[in-house]
Order: sequence, then structure tokens, then C-alpha cells
Amino acid sequence: MAKTTELICVTCPMGCKLTVTHEGDTILGIEGNVCKRGEAYAQTELVDPRRMVATTVQVVGGVHPLVPVYTTAPIPKPLIFDLLSELRQVKLRAPILAGRVVLEDALGTGVTVLTSRDLPAAPG
Amino acid sequence: MAKRTVDVAVIGSGPGGLAAAIAAKKEGAGNVLVVERDVEMGGILLQCIHHGFGTEILGADLPGPAYAQRFEQEAISLGVETLLDTMVLDITPTRQIVAASESSGLLEVQARSIVLAMGCRERTRAQITLPGARPAGVYTAGMAQRFVNVEGFVPGRRIVILGSGDIGMIMARRLTFEGAKVARVVEIMPFLSGLMRNYVQCLLDFDIPLQLGHTISRIIGRRRVEAVEVVQVDDQWRPVPGTEEIIPCDTLLLSVGLIPENELSRNVGVALDPVTGGPYVDERFETTMPGIFAAGNVVHVYDLVDWVTEAGYVAGKHAARFAAGDRAGQLDYVRLEAGENVRYVVPHVLTRDQLPGESIKLQMRARQPIEKPVWVELRDGEKRLIRRAERYARPGEMLTLVLPERSYEDVRQAETLTVNVLER
Amino acid sequence: MASNNYDVIVIGAGVVGSLVARALSRYKLRILLIEKESDVGAGTTAANSAIVHAGYDPVPGSLKATLNVAGNRLWDALASDLDFAFDRRGDYVVATGEQEIPHLRALVERGRRNGVLGLTIISGDEMRHREPHINPGVSAALFAATGGICDPFAITVAAAENAVMNGVTLLLETAFEEFVIERERIVAVKTTRGTFGCRWAVNAAGLFSDEVMHHAGVRPEFTITPRRGEYLVLDKAEITIETVLFPVPTPVSKGIVVAATTHGNIVIGPTAHEIDDRQDTEVTRIGLEQVWQGTAKLVPGLDRRHVIATFAGLRAAGNARCETPGVDYDHDFVVEIPQNVAGFVNLGGIESPGLTSAPAIAERVVQMLKDAGERLEERPDWNPVRPARPRFRDLSRQEQAQLVRRDPRYGRIVCRCETVMEGEIVAEIHAPIPARTYDALKRRTWLGTGRCQGAFDTPRVVSILARELGLSPLEVTKKGPGSELLVRPTKSGAGMVGRE
Repeated sequence: MAKTTELICVTCPMGCKLTVTHEGDTILGIEGNVCKRGEAYAQTELVDPRRMVATTVQVVGGVHPLVPVYTTAPIPKPLIFDLLSELRQVKLRAPILAGRVVLEDALGTGVTVLTSRDLPAAPG
Repeated sequence: MAKRTVDVAVIGSGPGGLAAAIAAKKEGAGNVLVVERDVEMGGILLQCIHHGFGTEILGADLPGPAYAQRFEQEAISLGVETLLDTMVLDITPTRQIVAASESSGLLEVQARSIVLAMGCRERTRAQITLPGARPAGVYTAGMAQRFVNVEGFVPGRRIVILGSGDIGMIMARRLTFEGAKVARVVEIMPFLSGLMRNYVQCLLDFDIPLQLGHTISRIIGRRRVEAVEVVQVDDQWRPVPGTEEIIPCDTLLLSVGLIPENELSRNVGVALDPVTGGPYVDERFETTMPGIFAAGNVVHVYDLVDWVTEAGYVAGKHAARFAAGDRAGQLDYVRLEAGENVRYVVPHVLTRDQLPGESIKLQMRARQPIEKPVWVELRDGEKRLIRRAERYARPGEMLTLVLPERSYEDVRQAETLTVNVLER
Repeated sequence: MASNNYDVIVIGAGVVGSLVARALSRYKLRILLIEKESDVGAGTTAANSAIVHAGYDPVPGSLKATLNVAGNRLWDALASDLDFAFDRRGDYVVATGEQEIPHLRALVERGRRNGVLGLTIISGDEMRHREPHINPGVSAALFAATGGICDPFAITVAAAENAVMNGVTLLLETAFEEFVIERERIVAVKTTRGTFGCRWAVNAAGLFSDEVMHHAGVRPEFTITPRRGEYLVLDKAEITIETVLFPVPTPVSKGIVVAATTHGNIVIGPTAHEIDDRQDTEVTRIGLEQVWQGTAKLVPGLDRRHVIATFAGLRAAGNARCETPGVDYDHDFVVEIPQNVAGFVNLGGIESPGLTSAPAIAERVVQMLKDAGERLEERPDWNPVRPARPRFRDLSRQEQAQLVRRDPRYGRIVCRCETVMEGEIVAEIHAPIPARTYDALKRRTWLGTGRCQGAFDTPRVVSILARELGLSPLEVTKKGPGSELLVRPTKSGAGMVGRE
């Protein structure tokens, strides 16, 4: 039986309100999207909702005690807290360069976690 | 006192300042100096570790520090000089800067032109006169963000957030990630003040309740926050008696808006717009003081860093031209006014005869939300110059109207132009 | 400490207790000053109108009248010795409409009886000329040339610091519990940090002065009724007020005052609301609304958007009958050595004009001890001067440059709104009375009191306090135990790295 679901596209800052008509996982129609990315978003949001994740990991000997890290692609929503726990175990030693791989294929999702910035070692 | 001379001095190394420095250098300015009060460049982006930066101008969804570092590296590679850990104390109308730092003491910089890029600061509890006690545990969302993301400390265990600004919602998710419980987000307006996508991925995703049309009527707790009293408000923002509810929490975060930071601008005599809190600027982002430009959130608070960067480019380019002596006498201006359902529009004026050889962005905020298709239009009295269709208008989301070069002749003929946001 | 015995124990380090301790430090006495809070001046002292009153207001013949006028005269010398902000720029009582003018004449007459010099009535035109933003409907004003404004916390910490420099022992977070009384003489004071022997105990407990005197068996009928006053602070803005503006008083209150602060802001208030709880310094929506309504009469052009802070203070209103024959007044100060117990100096009900009177109260305590037969011998090495510590924002550029050369920490900004440098903060942390909390630093340096209200400086101040005091940032408090600012590290095991 066809069903409508209201979604808000989070792909870009515009935040289009999407009205998705679907039967189970099969999308019958989408209204409200300005661009094509909205369709793709609706498709994954219904079947396999995913989110980008950004957090910090511990650093030893840096100018700050933490370095920010981020996923280069969205990960399945139900895995967010597992990923956070995984990253809680990581401890990096300064100096650190931006783009350093913190986790490769995180939780088997194929998504990489990178550092967001350089973090110099603390002087002394 | 150490003294030096530069072509362009940029105050602040956030996205606006970095872009201005890059553009000034590319425009041929000899020495460009960025003065930054923190020990590293990047401004507030360094604590904005979430995604969402660069989608508009880089085509990439980057976290704040990565976005900042890109521009920092570009600035350095172009030969922009920097003074870190250095606070500008004063600017004079003749564009002398006095600054202080631990490493070099007091120093004086004579600049041919200046770009103000001090960004904005958060509105505080006092400005909204929150009743109650004054315990520890009341923080602005940005202060909490710095503690959690940079300094490495969580400020509370059970949190209520007042205001649905973007930083507040982003901190709701961030604190949830770090094991705190966000009990509620309370917003006095009947609509969201931040971006809709932040509502989805920061609140909805984690079942954090958002309560519109409510505010905090009292802070409870002598030494540390113990609870807050939440109350519904009527359409005049007055508390509705009998709707009070006590929410236990140890922390109250405020995300009640941002204000351009213009202490230096005010002291030097730059005229400020009471609506935006930032300087009056023309389309080149020059302020009312010749040779003093302003870029980014110091002018008005943007939704997106990408647009701050773009504004910085414009300001930096024209600051470099001013420094090179490229200025033809007294300028004549066409006024740009906020018309129907427009709270403000930037720039405030357009130069009649100096319009640059590129399209100009008019950026504005709607006064009231219109959740149906609208026109954003520019008029000279009865005559409509340009208009653009939008699917809706929301105060939380900036509207942009691009003034193409072909409209310049119309602009030159006008005394005052008006922008309106109207239902289609 | 050689022993737990003192000649004098002063209970309470507000403005009265601190000035009493300092006045007594001139003599060869072992003195202990105790304070229940984490800092001096944390109660009534720190939250009031910050006005040094001329003295035309108290009922003639009352102790309030005498000590107000006497106290007012002592401020210039004190400010010069102790280096705190005080500015005798005069105050006005502003009449609107013809019907209020007779009130001004009555105040002048009352002032004359109290011995106040420099009272004149000026015309509405003259008032408008002197304060251009005043209500244009002003009909006349009383000008009191001896009125002034001050930083009440600054005088308190300066006095306490000078007392400590002269040998007084200060114990913070030390609350009075009870007296040890032997043969109708106080011989010791029990506190939360132990019992200390004494020959004299001075009650300077402010809002709790009734409880303390009851412990000594004195004036069982005396009670303090806390009267809460709420205030708004306005930022430096287009409209400035240079002096102190009172409305014509009503029988119950001096009304809502609009006053310049020594800091360049405008303070308006207070309300007057009697409450039961002696620690309830909450601000209320209704109270702040009353304050705002009150300003309309004096300076109608003030803009509410310039409000940068709100606070409430409690006045320690007592119920002591004036002892001067023929004076019918029930809210006088208590400044006495009571008959029924020995070794007790009793100060109570020190509400407005208590701040103005405090220097005179301190002198009177010295005199009362002499009169009671105490042989007060002056210390040859007594130094009345509390040397100034540099305030970066008040210095010329040249002086600033020199200061940073001498100590580079004066080149690093911590509070941008108020231009407070790291050097100033470090100096306060290591002062004779160390500032150990955020609020203690705030009151001393004014950091965090500007437009951003601490949003910028707080992380920096936390890290400086932690570094200088050898604490974890988790142990740094806003105002003492229980007011910790942070609850745990973001990641277990992570901690703040020194921001060197």
C-alpha cells in the first residue's frame, strides 16, 4: 500500500521539505526537492538513513588535548554511537597532520575517518 | 613601540579575514598583514568540528577546521604575513593600528587600508535578562563548544538549551555524542531560528525535544544550576501564567543569537547599522570611513561560512585597490532599503559610478516566515529591476538577490532602491 | 600560626568588617578576620548602588545621619591610601513638576540639620544643561556636591588586603558557628574551621548580624529583614549619565536611581522587596520591569537593548530604635559595645547608607574600644597604603608598552571587552588576598563584565586559574565549592594542555 513520508533533505543548507510517496522501499514519487540530490537523499533516508559524523579523539603531546576528526562519507545512522565508542579508544601522538587516517573502513562500512586539522606538538 | 607599515591590514583570521587577505594579495597588494588574537589562525571555525562547510564554494562537505586550514595554507603560500596571539587595541581614522602581544609587546602598524574581520559574538543571558539566580552552569553555546571540542572538558551532565540557533542545535548533538543528556531545546519564537537541516540531524535524529513558543522564566540553583523553569509565551513574548514547568538540569546553554563584534569599528568612528549591529557598507564592503573595509560576520551574521569567504574576497580585493591609490574622489551613493518583509539588506548603499565589473550580491533576511513560494525583488519605486523566485522565506535563512551588470544603468538612475519579499 | 588566640576576631569581611580590621591593624593587636564565603565582599557589599551618599537623606539625630556625614568625609583619604575607584562628582535629586519642588527644600533642610555641606537647588534649565539626557520635564533639582560614586568591592578588597599586609589573618570559607562565653565574657569564637580564642569579637555579619548578636545574648528583639534590590546595568552607549540621579523620594524608598559607575556604565535600580531568605539574590521579571519603569521618570531616552547585566543585592534592614531622645525612628544602625556581655562589639542593621558610613563605623569601633579601656598602642610599622597594581586599560600607550616590556604577560589579552590582560589576572591570583575563583577575578579586574559577559574569557581564565593554582580545570569554580564550572574531561584521560 502506498504511503507518504515527510522528510527534510539535509544534503545542503537549503533544507527542502520532501513529500515522498512510496510503497515499502520503492519510491513512487518525490515532491518538494529543488535539485536531484533530494531524490538520492530520499532514497537512502527511507531505506538506509546515513549521517556524517564529526567528533574528537585524544591526543598526547599536542597543543590541544583533542584533535577533531570526521567521516568522509555518511555512515548508517544506527552505527553512529558504535563509531563514537570506537573513536573513544583512539589516542594519537602529536604532531598530527590534517587528513591523517584515523579509521579505515570504519566498522566495516567502507567509510574513512580523517583528522580535520594539523595539530602541532606542544613546545617543551 | 615597534612600528611598521603595510598595504593592507586584516583584523581577524577567521574565514572572512583569511579570504580578504588572500584576495588582497591576489589583487597585487604588496604586504598584507593578518592580526589574530588567538594563538592559531582560523577563528571560530577551529571549534566548529562538524560538517557543513564548503558545500557552496568548494563543492565539498568539510568540517570547520579543515575549511579554515585550506584558506590558511593558501594565505601563507601567497605570502600573507601574520601576527598571532596579538590583540588590536585601537584603530585611528588615519588607519594606524595599535596592538599588544606577549611576544612583541605594544606595536603600531600603519596600514594603507584595513579590513575589519572580527566576526561576531554570542548574545548573552543578560541581554535577554533571564530572571533567577546566578549559579555556575550557564554558558553560551559557543563557549561550551570551545570547552568540549578544543579544551577537552564537558561543562554539564544534563542540559537545557535556550534558543534554536545553529550553534545550540549543533551543541545538542555534540554533547549527546559525548555522553551528556540534552533534556530539551526551548525557543521563544514560534519558528526555528537555525537551519532546518540542523533540526533534523541534530535534534530529531537523537529524539531531543524542541519546544517552540516557550522560554526560560527562571534559573534555579545557588552555586550550580539545579533546574530551569520553562514557560509558554504569548504572541507578545509574555509568559503565560500557569504554563510553568520545572526541568531539572545542571547546565543551561544559550543559543540566542549572534551580534557582529564592532568595538574597534565603533571606536574609530565607523557608522553602525542598529539592525545588523555591523557597519554600513557599500557593495565593496567599504565602511563609512574611507579605506576601512569590513568582511563577514562583523558586517552581519551569515548562515554559511562559504558566503563569509565570498564577502571576504570582495572586501580584500577592494582594500588592495584602495591601498594602491585607486580611488576617484568623493563617492556618490544609491541607497538600498529594506522594504516589505525584509529586516535588513546588505550592502546598505551602492556606489553610483564605481560599480565593480562583476555581479553584486544583495543579501537580506526576511522579517516573517512565509512557508510558500515568494518573490525576492528589487525596485526603484514603481519600476521592478530584478526579481527571483524562492520556494519560501524564513528569517533563519538568508536570501540572496544577484544584481547583474546589465542592471547597473538602472541603479545609476535611481535615488533609492528597495528590496521586498512577497508571496508569489 | 603561633596559637589560635587573637585579641580581636572580626566576623564578616564585607566592607564594614574589612575596614574595621584595617582600622584595628594600626594597633598592636592580633587580629583574625573570618568570612563564610570564598571571597571578601561577597554579600551586600558587592551588590548595591555603589553610591557614596552626601547625607541629606537619613533622619536627623539618627546614627545613620551622623555616620553617613562623618563617613562621607573620610572617602578621599581612604581612596588615596587604598587606591580604589572613587569619584566625588556630586548627586542630584530631580524634581519633575512644580509639586515636587517643596520636597527638595525639605531635603536641603534635613541635610543642613545633618551637617551636609554643599547643598544647592538648581533650576530645571541648569539640570538639563548638566545632564542633557535628563527628563525634559525636570522642574528643579537638589545638587549635593559631596555625593560620589565608588567601586564598593574595590574598597573592600583593598581594605582587607591592607589589613592583611599589616598582619591581620584572613580566613575565607570560614563560617561563624557560636561564641564561647565564660562569666559573661566572650572568650572564643567557634567556626567551621575550629575554635579561636579572643578578647574581643566584632559582629560585622551584615545580613546575619542579628543571628550573631543573638548568639552573644544581645538584643533578642533585633531582626534583619532582607530587602532585595534588583538592578540593571547598561553598556557604555550613546546616552551617557555623568552623575547620580535620584527621583524625589517616597516615604518608603529613595526610588529608582540612575547612576554613573566608576566603570563608565550606567546602573539603575534598586527595587525594594522584603524577603525571608538571606541568600536569595534572584532577579525577577517583575522586578526588572519595575526598575525599567522607574528610569522613565529620570532618563526617558535609555535604550533597553543596552542592558548588559542584571543583579540583585540584599540590604540588611534592621529594626533598631534610634537612641537619640526625641527621634522617632525604628531602622537605625546598631554600633555599640553592649552592657550585658563583655568582649563584644556589635554592628547591626548596616543597610544604606552603610557603604558610605563604613569608614566612620570603623573609626567609631576604634574609639569604642579605647573608651572601653583597651590600651591601643600604635604599631610603628603600620602602613596605611595599599600599593596600586597596574590596570592596563587605564595606562597611556607608553606606560602600556613599558609594562609589557617588564612583564610580557601584560601583552596577552584575556578579556577583550574590558581589556584585561593575563598579567593583571596573574597578579590578582598571587595578591595578598589571592583571587581563587572566576567571580573573585571578575570583581577585581572587571573581566567578563562587558558586552560578551565572559563568553570569550571564561575558557582562558579557567586555564590560567588552573595553571597558577596548580589545580585541574575541573576544580576551578565560579564562586567556591559547589560552583565548579566543568564536570569531566571530554575523553577520559584527556585534559587541558597548558596554553603556553
